[in-house]
Amino acid sequence: MVQHYSDRLDASFAALSDATRRGVLEQLGRAEASITDLADKFRMTLTGMKKHVGILEEAGLVATEKVGRVRTCKLGPHRLEEETAWLEEHRRLWDSRFGELDQVVEELKQKEKIDGRKKRK
Amino acid sequence: MDARRESELSPMKNRTTVERKSERELVVTRTFDGPARLVFEAWTKPELFKRWWIPKSFPVSLLSCEMDVRVGGGYRLLFGNGDAEPKPFFGKYIEVTPPSRLVWTNDEDHGGGAVTTVTFEEKGGKTLVVMHDLHHSKEGLDEALGSYDAIGETFDQLDEVLVTPAAGASQPLTASSRRTS
Repeated sequence: MVQHYSDRLDASFAALSDATRRGVLEQLGRAEASITDLADKFRMTLTGMKKHVGILEEAGLVATEKVGRVRTCKLGPHRLEEETAWLEEHRRLWDSRFGELDQVVEELKQKEKIDGRKKRK
Repeated sequence: MDARRESELSPMKNRTTVERKSERELVVTRTFDGPARLVFEAWTKPELFKRWWIPKSFPVSLLSCEMDVRVGGGYRLLFGNGDAEPKPFFGKYIEVTPPSRLVWTNDEDHGGGAVTTVTFEEKGGKTLVVMHDLHHSKEGLDEALGSYDAIGETFDQLDEVLVTPAAGASQPLTASSRRTS
């Protein structure tokens, strides 16, 4: 179960590690598009775009459907929410940790100021 | 200290960023309003470190904290969580360059842990802290991200969602809506 989960995350993160693929997701978030549309938009060959879409599809981030000769792409069932939630939880931990560190640093600064004054006397 | 004066001095809230740079790398960044030597001090003196490493809102306590901050020196943190067996975290410092760089190993997982590099970069009286975790494997990072109790509940819920067989396109995952806030 946990393994299943982390496999899926691996696939997603691998899929998201490429700027073109992130761009494709953004694009599909606005509207469905054919592979030809996407290839034009991102100025690459049809073969290149097919490869990117294939990786996104494998990660469940994109779903495609072939109607006649046109393969249409849209956002897939596996949304980005999982990854985002995962990193956001981690960010929140660090943010509260660092909130406390702010106080420690502020205190050290004040202490240094006071010590500095004492030294000058 | 005068409370009013303190609030006047307190700057705009600094943003913490967390990014998974690759399968094996996690990077956390944050700017602090103080010189690098003081921020570095807070990372390397146990009595200071103890005060912030475990935030008050965290359901875990830091029972003890020993740090021998020099190259080859060790550290050992002992976390308590209610009645559960205390969990130790330990490793060695492999680089100590005050006040700009600190590198340590995380050895509690029998050598399978991460290497943590923290850099402190001072600019105009502020210090940018970049904390970089390099794991031996992608599984290592996955586990580390899932190991905190505060997010354990979220993962339990995600697991529940994922147990539901073959949630197809008509049944998108509802992880975010079930997430505890």
